[in-house]
Formats: sequence, C-alpha cells, structure tokens
Amino acid sequence: MVWLGHFNYWIVIFLMMAGFYTVIARGNLIKKIVGLNIFQTSVFLLYITMGKVKGGTAPIVPEGGGEGLAYSNPIPHVLILTAIVVGVATTSLGLALIVRIREAYGTIEEDEIQEIEDKSS
Amino acid sequence: MFLVVIAIAIVRMHNLFATVMLSGIYSLLMASIFVVLDAVDVAFTEAAVGAGISTVLMLGTLSLTASREKIHVRPSIMPLIVVIATGAMLLYGTAGMPDFGDPMAPVHQHVAPRYINESPIEIGVPNMVTSVLASYRGYDTLGELAVIFTAGVGVMLLLGRRRKPKKLAGEAAAKDNKTARADDSDSKTEVST
Amino acid sequence: MRHHLILRVVTKLLIPLIMLFALYVQFHGDFGPGGGFQAGVIFGSAFIVYALVFGLENAEKVIPSGYLMALLSAGLLLYAGVGFAAMYRGGNFLDYGVLAGDFIAGQHLGILLVELGVGITVCAAMIVIFFAFAGRGESNDDAEEDDDFPSPEVNSSSKSGEA
Repeated sequence: MVWLGHFNYWIVIFLMMAGFYTVIARGNLIKKIVGLNIFQTSVFLLYITMGKVKGGTAPIVPEGGGEGLAYSNPIPHVLILTAIVVGVATTSLGLALIVRIREAYGTIEEDEIQEIEDKSS
Repeated sequence: MFLVVIAIAIVRMHNLFATVMLSGIYSLLMASIFVVLDAVDVAFTEAAVGAGISTVLMLGTLSLTASREKIHVRPSIMPLIVVIATGAMLLYGTAGMPDFGDPMAPVHQHVAPRYINESPIEIGVPNMVTSVLASYRGYDTLGELAVIFTAGVGVMLLLGRRRKPKKLAGEAAAKDNKTARADDSDSKTEVST
Repeated sequence: MRHHLILRVVTKLLIPLIMLFALYVQFHGDFGPGGGFQAGVIFGSAFIVYALVFGLENAEKVIPSGYLMALLSAGLLLYAGVGFAAMYRGGNFLDYGVLAGDFIAGQHLGILLVELGVGITVCAAMIVIFFAFAGRGESNDDAEEDDDFPSPEVNSSSKSGEA
C-alpha cells in the first residue's frame, strides 16, 4: 500500500488529538495535565519516528570502531531528551498550582471555579 | 496499537486514580516503543521520568485533592468539532512528508552526517547522543538545566514547607502528636495504594 | 506492622543498589545510554523511596533542606563554571578543548564535569519537588497558615478578594 509509509504520522496525529481533546473538553484540572502529557509524548514520538533510519542502529559507536554502520540520527534524540525534562518541569509546576487552587477555591473542576469567580466579581 | 487504546481510555475514564495509573502505563509503553525505534537514551529518560516521577507527583497531587472527576450532564459537541477539524488539517499536512525510515529524508542530510562522522574523531566519546548533548549543543543543555532549577525553585515557593514551627510549647507538643499521626496515615495510604 | 517490616527491610536493601546504579549510569553516559539526566532522576528516586517508606521526617533528617537548596544551585554553578573556566583559559564559552593539554582529553574532562553538574541539579530538583508535595499534606493536616513564605498567601487572598 502506498500510504503505509505514513502510518506513524497517523498514530501521532491521533494521539495528539486525543491529548488536545482532553485539554479543552474535560473540566477537571488533573485530567487536563494528563492530557497535556499525552500531547507532549505524541510530539516526542513524531520526532523519534522521523529520526529513525531503516536498517540503522542506536547511535552508539561500538567497540573497535564501526565503519560503514548505519546509525539512526542522534539529533532528534538530543532534542527530545531536553523536551522530556522540560515536560516534567512543566508538569510538576502545573500540579503544584493545582494544589494551591484547590486550597484557595475548594474544588478543581473548571466550571465550579468559574462560578465562584463570577459570583465574587 | 495499545497506545491508542490507552489514550482513549484516559479520555473516557472518570476515576482520577485509574487515569494516573493509565498514564504511567502509557509512559512505559512509550519508552518501549522508543527502544524499538533505536532511541535508547530517550527511552531511558522517558521511562525514568514519565513512568516514575510524573506518576509519583500526580499521585501526590491526588492525595491532596479530589479523586473522582465530575460527570457532565450535558456534554458539549464543540470541542469534538475543533479536534476533528485540527486533525483533518494535520493529516492533510503530512501528506507531503517523507516516509517512515527513509534514509534520504531531509532531516538526515545537513548537519547529522557531520555529527555522526566527526564525533568519534573530534570528541572520542562513543555515545553520540551524549557528545551532541554536552559538547556540540552544550549551550542548550545549560538552558535546560536552568529550566529544571527554576521548576525546583518555583515548586518550593508554591508549596513551601514550614521548617521550624514558631509556636508555644503546648502547641508544639500537639503538633508532634499530629505529625506522628500524619506519618502513620502517610505510610498507611502508601500501603493501601 | 508486618507490611511495614517487609517494606522497610527490602527498602534498606534496595537503596544502596539504586544509588550504585545511578552512579553507574552517570559515569558510563559516555559509553552507553545514560548521562546526567537519567542518573539524577534515579538518584533522586532513591531518596524518594526512602521518604515514602520511612516517613518525611526521617528523610528530612537524612538530607536537610539547606543542603538540598545548596545542591540545587551547585550543579548549575558547576556547569556555568566550566564554561567560564574555558573562557579563562583562552577559548570561547563552553569550549572544552582548552581545558586540558590535549584537545580530546579536554573534551572528555569537560563532558564529565558538565554531566556531573547536570546530575546533581536534577537529583536535588526531584527531591525538592517531592518534599514540597509531601510536606504540603502535613501542613494541611495542621490547618494553620503557612508562615514561612507569606507572599503567595497574600497574593492569592488579594486576588480572590478583588476578583
């Protein structure tokens, strides 16, 4: 099939949309953070699948020097390594904010928070 | 694939504890897919960070907040339309992208051959990802370290701990009893989860 | 108490192995998968599992908050310090080649120090974040205001007052 080469993009797009839907449609704040995580990991999957070379191996030079070995591209790996760590930093800050919101408003559902804000404004 | 099934389950579930556990499994599956795709460093980091730290922090947040999601009486259709429209646009956009695993893709052409060929000679470190991360792109890693530092400081500011309670002796004794009780309840919740 | 006994014994056996594995990953980052970030996270998780099983107070005794904050900054300063040392010896910023006599030895030394800095900061950050989350549960039990960091309280109360 002609389109089988694009299979990885379909999976990535589906996961990305699932994460996106969770972020905008669900009211619970923790669900939103989980959806954001799904979104982030789908983007990582996109980069890593783009970096893979058919018949390549992990980008580590074996003992004795490998001449003529095909390696997978190490540049996306570097970018994704940074992105994963930044993602966990974002997630931890978001979760800390959720704890504070819960203490300030007593709830973590978005529409209830909106009601409280509207009532007190 | 299992990732798709788990993602759908995460979207639909209302019990938050099950959602967090599923996200941990999702991270673990993602890590094993990365291994299959020859990205061993990334798989290592994703398994340690996604399945470890993220799950622990979310469980901690769950223990400090609610544990069930509110069920909406009238689900709205607008987010679904937005998502489907965006997905369709993205699918249209990827029609021109290179195939999976193509060695002639543009991403492999410009800088990557120089790194792969020159790294054993210029730096002499077998792991090419480390050499790119720490030496060729060392400035970016400095920025990333600053991000981690800022996240640590930010969480410390948001959820700062009381260190020495500046209270009277009677209240201090009551606090000791309370923290002993909280200690037991901490380990009890840990055992029951 | 039987659960606690098994957990405590197994945890005491496992924690040195976890730390050893973290050090292995840190220093073999050049030769296999690994490097600073992974090692930092694994080392931090050794302290986190100790805090989970033995309680937050014992964990605070093992590694006080002052040391944690010092470690958090020390890794970042080490990384920047390597960059400035390279500048001091005549090269560009973060140019590892001028750090030692030989170019390749300089690269090895630079990468080693840099990954060490990364590992230290990541480990300290993970522990700090976990202690902050776990400590919040205790101070919630006491039902009293937080008086060590007054400014976030003032901001949140003023925001919900004026909104």
